[in-house]
Amino acid sequence: MKPFDYVRPATIAEAVTAAAQPGATYLAAGTNLLDLMKGGVSRPDRLVDVTHLQGLDKIEHLADGALRIGALVRNADLAHDAAFAKAHPAIAEALLSGASAQLRNAATVGGNLLQRTRCAYFYDPTSRCNRREAGSGCDARGGENRLHAVLGWSENCIATHPSDFCVPLVALDAIVEIEGKSGRRELPLDELHRLPGAAPQRETALEPGDLIVAVRLPATARDFAGHARYLKVRERTSYAFAVVSAAAALRIENGKIREARLALGGVAAKPWRARAAEAVLKGAAPEPSAFSEAAQAALTDAKPSGDNAFKIELARRIVVRALTLAAAGTPARIPALPASPFASGALHA
Amino acid sequence: MTHSISLTVNGARRDFQLDDPRVTLLDLLRERLQLTGTKKGCDRGQCGACTILVDGKRINSCLALAISHDGADILTIEGVARGDQLHPVQAAFIAHDGFQCGFCTPGQIMSAIGMMREAQAGDDPERIRECMSGNLCRCGAYAGIVDAVLEVQTSEANQRRSA
Repeated sequence: MKPFDYVRPATIAEAVTAAAQPGATYLAAGTNLLDLMKGGVSRPDRLVDVTHLQGLDKIEHLADGALRIGALVRNADLAHDAAFAKAHPAIAEALLSGASAQLRNAATVGGNLLQRTRCAYFYDPTSRCNRREAGSGCDARGGENRLHAVLGWSENCIATHPSDFCVPLVALDAIVEIEGKSGRRELPLDELHRLPGAAPQRETALEPGDLIVAVRLPATARDFAGHARYLKVRERTSYAFAVVSAAAALRIENGKIREARLALGGVAAKPWRARAAEAVLKGAAPEPSAFSEAAQAALTDAKPSGDNAFKIELARRIVVRALTLAAAGTPARIPALPASPFASGALHA
Repeated sequence: MTHSISLTVNGARRDFQLDDPRVTLLDLLRERLQLTGTKKGCDRGQCGACTILVDGKRINSCLALAISHDGADILTIEGVARGDQLHPVQAAFIAHDGFQCGFCTPGQIMSAIGMMREAQAGDDPERIRECMSGNLCRCGAYAGIVDAVLEVQTSEANQRRSA
């Protein structure tokens, strides 16, 4: 690991100033960053440790009905918060389907949003990677790429974003609160991660020094609590990243879908909101024909980036299954195998 | 630049001077305190052999910088028995053959103790397996591990009911 300077700011303003310097990066739990530093993938000159900042570890219920989650809330603490899990069951299920219990105890909300791709070529400093080193090339193209992107990719980068948490968050219109050099601003989560285009090294909309301080869910997000699921296909039943995942949330009244939310994970460089599919579902009866039509709409623009054409059909089927599960109703308790298609009740839904 | 930190390790306060901030909790425990029960397996957060409790919660000590945990309360495998009296999870691992080579065992036991404090799995073997998925055992002693954890969970639940 390359040597670095360590600073522990006392305030958010101090943190922003310290992290705006070239070569500086924020440290929260470090569950992803330290792994990348040990592998020589990330080589910061300075770590700005935000874990001792006060006030960023709260879950707050705001007067307008919104929920504000501090950036330093640990993934496990959020998922196990009873009021949160009741109001936002698909998000709790997604959190519990990610990583291991040890990692969820450490990993923070802000860090989860900013975790890096798990593309093996990004992780291997001896490979060419435009995301890690601008202009160096992409060894994933033509390489081992069966798990890579099928939506929103470019010739320069076919990596995917690995977060489970972000998938239901983006479906439910989460807002990211950011403290930066010119004060506080906010951004829809959908605009935080960038598609690779010609500049995959620019992974997010954040500027140097920008610190995510909270994630906010609007009051309307809890309207879906009765019909919200996260479903994730992975190569092991537990402790594995998504091959394809989907968050589905429905508001059903009088036998019709009044409003639908759908997002996909594991398919693109960002959590993928499927708005065309949502439009198909609005006003329809919650039945297989509507779910199939939505699945077609969600994947209309998909194309393989390598040996991964199977992910397109897999994604369609995950969409249908997730919508079917959501329509059946949120279970009283998150299944023993969170988000798994092998969880009891999920197989024949 | 040298940084001073203090930790509580297995109940005792310990002060450290770190002349390099790259030291992980895992390396600090093993190399500065000779607490080598906490194992370095993958060193990348994938195997769970380095699991310890920090402020009562199980984490991977290989992915935690010591300097960032200034003031933390740490429990390692060396701190769970009371003298010669084994922790109930330790005793159950022996009773159920929850190990073969033993390398992953300290991490498994710390993870199980952390899992019990989280109180999510109860006495459901499927939930126990899911909640223990962050600890790999290359000997494949999983069946014994689940039995051991299940026994402790069940006996604690019985004690609560009869209390």
